[in-house]
Amino acid sequence: MTHFSAVVLFALFASVVFGITQRETPRRMVHYGIYCFVLFVGSAVVLSWAMYFIAR
Amino acid sequence: MERSPLFGPAPVRYSQKGMATGQSNNEAAGQGREAESGQRFVYLPLIAGWLVPGAGHFLLRKWGRGALLSASIVGMFAMGIAMQGMLFAGAHEILDVLGLAGDLGNGLLYVFAQLFGLGADQVRVTTADYGTRFIVVAGLLNVIAAVDAHNLRTGRKA
Repeated sequence: MTHFSAVVLFALFASVVFGITQRETPRRMVHYGIYCFVLFVGSAVVLSWAMYFIAR
Repeated sequence: MERSPLFGPAPVRYSQKGMATGQSNNEAAGQGREAESGQRFVYLPLIAGWLVPGAGHFLLRKWGRGALLSASIVGMFAMGIAMQGMLFAGAHEILDVLGLAGDLGNGLLYVFAQLFGLGADQVRVTTADYGTRFIVVAGLLNVIAAVDAHNLRTGRKA
C-alpha cells in the first residue's frame, strides 16, 4: 500500500463518519462528507509538496 | 439580544441550517419517541454503538447510516490490522494512555483482536505506524458514532 492510497482510505472512512454524524439531512451529510474528503486529501497533497520543497 | 440583569447579554447560539444542534422541535420529537419506546434504557444505543460499530443506529432503525458507519469503522480497523498496526495493551507512558483510550473506543473489535492475537506488539515496518493510527482513529470515530446514536435516541438530532 502506498502512502497516497493510505491517505485516500483514511480520508474516505473518516469523511463518511463525519458526514453522517455532523449533519442532519442526507443531502447535507453527502455535501459535508465530500467537503471533508477533499480537505483531508487536499491538505495531505499540499503539505507533502511543502515538505518536498523544504527538504531540498 | 436578550439581556440578563445579573450576567449581561445572553450567549449567542451559533448554528447553521442542517447542523446537528438541539432544537425545540427535535426535543419534542425526542419526547414522542421516548413515549413510544416506553421504559427502554436511554443509554442502550450509546453502549451498543460503542461495543459494536453501527449497532446504536441499527437499534434506532437507521439502517443506512448504521451500515455506512459500521463499514467505515470496521474497514478502518481491519485496514489497521492488515497494515500490522500495533494494539496498545498497557499504559507505560502518557502517549500509550492516549493510544489505549483510542483503541478502547473500538469496543468488542479491540477485545476480539486482543483475544485472537491480531495486530503487532511492536511497530516494525513503516506501514505499521499508519496501521496503528488507523486503529486508534477507528476507535475515536466509533465513539463519535455512538454519541450520535445517543443524540438520535434522546431527540437532540433528527
